Amino acid sequence: MVHDTLAAFPMSRAARCPFDPPPGLHDLRDQARLTRVRLWDGSTPWLVTRHAEQRALLADPRVSSDATRPGYPFPGPARPGADKIGFILMDDPEHARLRRMVTAPFAIRRVEALRPAVQKIVDDLIDDLLAGPKPVDLVEAFALPVPSLVICRLLGVPYADHDLFQSHSRNLISRSVPVEERNASFRALHDYLSRLLEQKVTRPGDDLLSQLVARVEAGELTLADAAGIGVLLLIAGHETTANMIALGTLVLLEQPDQLALLRDGEDPKLVAGAVEELLRFLNITHTGLRRVALADIEIAGVIVRAGEGLIFANDIANRDPDAFPEPAALDLTRDARRHVAFGFGVHQCLGQPLARMELQVVYSTLYRRIPTLRRATGLDDIPFKNDGQVYGVYELPVSW
Amino acid sequence: MKVRLDQDRCVSSGQCVLNAPAVFDQRDEDGVAVLLVADPDEDQADDVRQAAALCPALAILVEE
Ligand code: HEM
Ligand code: SF4
Repeated sequence: MVHDTLAAFPMSRAARCPFDPPPGLHDLRDQARLTRVRLWDGSTPWLVTRHAEQRALLADPRVSSDATRPGYPFPGPARPGADKIGFILMDDPEHARLRRMVTAPFAIRRVEALRPAVQKIVDDLIDDLLAGPKPVDLVEAFALPVPSLVICRLLGVPYADHDLFQSHSRNLISRSVPVEERNASFRALHDYLSRLLEQKVTRPGDDLLSQLVARVEAGELTLADAAGIGVLLLIAGHETTANMIALGTLVLLEQPDQLALLRDGEDPKLVAGAVEELLRFLNITHTGLRRVALADIEIAGVIVRAGEGLIFANDIANRDPDAFPEPAALDLTRDARRHVAFGFGVHQCLGQPLARMELQVVYSTLYRRIPTLRRATGLDDIPFKNDGQVYGVYELPVSW
Repeated sequence: MKVRLDQDRCVSSGQCVLNAPAVFDQRDEDGVAVLLVADPDEDQADDVRQAAALCPALAILVEE
């Protein structure tokens, strides 16, 4: 087969539309439900473009997350061992065994019990903002600290070390940082988590890392695996939510009528719905979910062969007109719950209850407490994370 | 309406508890879903359908 004419993936966004998926992705979506694309290494995995096929395949046990299998479509030259970064690159039953070791604190009731503490974190940070100089970078002063403080508390990681874990996390999820540097950042984070876990052997706390230490002592888990799970939770726990806070605020500042719904509304249902819609609309995991087929799979008129890579562009699925009427409109009052911003299938985001609660608290508090919040620089001057595996803004100067 | 829940498949996403809190709960030890009512009333039906549609692990089976 001749692949010279295949579209390269990932694609670039249109300069004037920083909140929308790349125009080329819309074109591919309109051409075919599954289509081949060309990656950085010349490989040509399938791109799954539609909401229905994404849900079907992501929940299909013949579709594997195991990055050690030939054909797995890597986003770049860095190849983390599937056994090193928690369970996100593993298949059941081992994935399920490890995931269940850390699901308890993410149960809805447990997360709801944290809500007052998160509200206090948010209120205190806003107090500091209001007392400090302006303009101020909302990323540094608010969007990053909120989820970092929360995940530190949940895991039992000292927040004082935030410079260390935030900078290494940033390297790890960047597409432009050289491989050696990313590998070094991974090792540094892994060592850091290993040391913390060792300290908790003698001084356990009421936190998730201490619970992992107990698993290690019971012989259910190696220390290296526990550290890998710690790395996964620490990175996923702060980078993603931080980007949703900053990018969400930016898009709301561009659409004041939508922001007004959150600023002037009182209804927790509206806030919860708004969070789902912002997750759908912004879909920050913009390099797609990666899988490899374990068997021949017939779907939407094509046959995906065993060993072929699959990429699920969940950003474009969240703009699928068959799933969401008028998908290009940000409408905080729509029912967006069927979005795939947290993925689908057994790997669907473990932290979703926590992310939802944090975003509900943030979006229902920030604009109410700072009603005149505004961008302090032109939209053109905002540095977007076009080179990141997770989308967002590097900086968001604001004033009020 | 009859509801069945396959706890072995459950990945503790919490979607069912969020969307049909009168019908589903989660175990303390690992957040795995628990079925509170196997034959929910008609006024719960929409919530239960929503929960089944959103369950990422396809662990909820609804018979109308
Ligand atoms: C708005 C914020 C977030 C977004 C958009 C998001 C998105 C995602 C997505 C799309 C996946 C699926 C990956 C795949 O299927 O390959 C995922 C998995 C995961 N997320 Fe999140 N996430 C967010 C917040 C969080 C938080 C706060 C945590 C932890 C505290 C977290 C922890 C995880 C973990 C551990 C996995 C792997 C689950 C598995 O493999 O079973 N995430 N997330
Ligand atoms: S929605 Fe499905 S996976 Fe999530 S907690 Fe309920 S039964 Fe488990």
